[in-house]
Amino acid sequence: MGRKSNNWLLIAPMYIFTLLFVAGPLIYMLVLSFLQKADVWGVEFVFTLKNYLKIGKQVYLNTFWESIKLAFATTALTLLIGYPFGYFMAKLPEKRKTLFMLLIVIPFWTNALMRMYGWIILFRSNGLIEQGLMALGLIDDSLKMLYNYKAVLAGMVYALLPFMILSVYSSAEKMDWTLVEAAKDLGAKSWQAFVTITLKLTLPGILSGVILVFIPSMGLFFIADILGGGKIMLVGNLIQNQLMSTRDWPFAAALAVILMLFTTLFIWGYKKITHSDELEGLL
Amino acid sequence: MKRYELKNSQPPAVRKRKSKEKLRLSDWYLYLLLAIMYLPILIVILYSFNASKTSVIWGGFTLDWYGELFHDRSLLESLKNSVILALLSSSVAGIVGTLGAVGMARVQFRSKGMLEYLVLVPIMIPEIILGMVFMAFFSLLGLPFGMTTLVLGHSAFCVPYVYMQVKARLVGIDKSYAEAARDLGARERQVFFDITLPLIAPAILSGMLLSFAMSLDDVVISIFVAGARVSTLPVKIYTQLKTGVTPEINALCTLMLIVTVVLVLISQRLQRKKM
Repeated sequence: MGRKSNNWLLIAPMYIFTLLFVAGPLIYMLVLSFLQKADVWGVEFVFTLKNYLKIGKQVYLNTFWESIKLAFATTALTLLIGYPFGYFMAKLPEKRKTLFMLLIVIPFWTNALMRMYGWIILFRSNGLIEQGLMALGLIDDSLKMLYNYKAVLAGMVYALLPFMILSVYSSAEKMDWTLVEAAKDLGAKSWQAFVTITLKLTLPGILSGVILVFIPSMGLFFIADILGGGKIMLVGNLIQNQLMSTRDWPFAAALAVILMLFTTLFIWGYKKITHSDELEGLL
Repeated sequence: MKRYELKNSQPPAVRKRKSKEKLRLSDWYLYLLLAIMYLPILIVILYSFNASKTSVIWGGFTLDWYGELFHDRSLLESLKNSVILALLSSSVAGIVGTLGAVGMARVQFRSKGMLEYLVLVPIMIPEIILGMVFMAFFSLLGLPFGMTTLVLGHSAFCVPYVYMQVKARLVGIDKSYAEAARDLGARERQVFFDITLPLIAPAILSGMLLSFAMSLDDVVISIFVAGARVSTLPVKIYTQLKTGVTPEINALCTLMLIVTVVLVLISQRLQRKKM
């Protein structure tokens, strides 16, 4: 009897904290999305569907479409670049595996802004790369490499690549390589063994990486802000603008609810396909 | 005897791989990508020693920016805020997450699945949603924006890191230790402090370190819940990146990088102990 109540005392802080500061805010977001913006400041507690209807406007649909396209492009590129990395890493000898793990985790823990700033020094007009090329006489005008769609895409891929690498690595590491050997012994070509065995066994890692990249890339407004020079508008930027400048909180909440639905759908799909509750390589 | 047999039964693939020691294409790929990953970081470090103020041209080696850093009041203030914030939120997460994981491993209840899902929500959804809901919710509650709201917001995304680490560690612990202690007459409290806690300590610490690093780097949540009076370092850097960067920022980033590397090294040590 005493043991049971003890256990509840252990859970209580997390239970209360989660209800109060995770569930509470999310429920309020849902409520807020059906409320009306007050004329001057704040919200009026009047039920309306206006905020959701507003998302149907062409401007906002475009923003959603742009964000989804960018998220897809980011995810495809990180998968293309990150998969081989995670795969090769898993095949390294034990000692070098630890070293590589360390080398991947450090940029991951380093301030994202600092890493973005390094790229800006390199790629901006009259930056390191342009000056170098000019000195060599290869170009005589600015290439304008920053502040466009490609720069934002590159920044996203760069920021999110570690997630993909760690996810793929985590499932490739657990893989039973003797199965690949067996397939080859039975006459499968290398690519056949890869497609039928390796790819299938690392699928949880791939899917988990896809989610860990796709979801944040819909909301990483500061990369679009810094590398896009304000020209690229994503859902994240739109929400931030509505909150900070336009101060239309109910509309921002409606946007967030839609974004949240996307996210939930993705995670639900992942669980359905992999029958697993946790994302591979999340830590 | 048994050991010897095991050694010999290594699959042929492993032996084949060991014999080829020269650099292969896959190695080149790994090293190239790592180099690209580290390039911007190295650039920032390099430019923290650049005497020229316009950061494009190399104007010679200097340590001036490091000196000026310690005279920049507002920058130091935001650094102090960031460190306090990271300490507080990782501590909250350390306590709440650890107790939660230990408790959850012991009991079954109806809302357990829901709670487990909700705990992880903050690191599953895009950060912007979290930032936005906190901003709206805290102003609904009438909480003054500042350190309190920052700590609450950061704790929410730090708890999952500690919770998951401790949960994973608990799965690997032999239950008979605790049972033996109980059979020998130990009370629940003693079992927790003398048996469970020492066993999960590495997981708690590495979860807290990760929380600390994530809190120290967070821009998105902080932008929304910091308010006008309190500024954290990443928020400061973000504003500067949009308006104009002072060279001290390079110096500060370099110093922060050293802190990060130390944290990562400690955490890796802890993780290896776990094995």
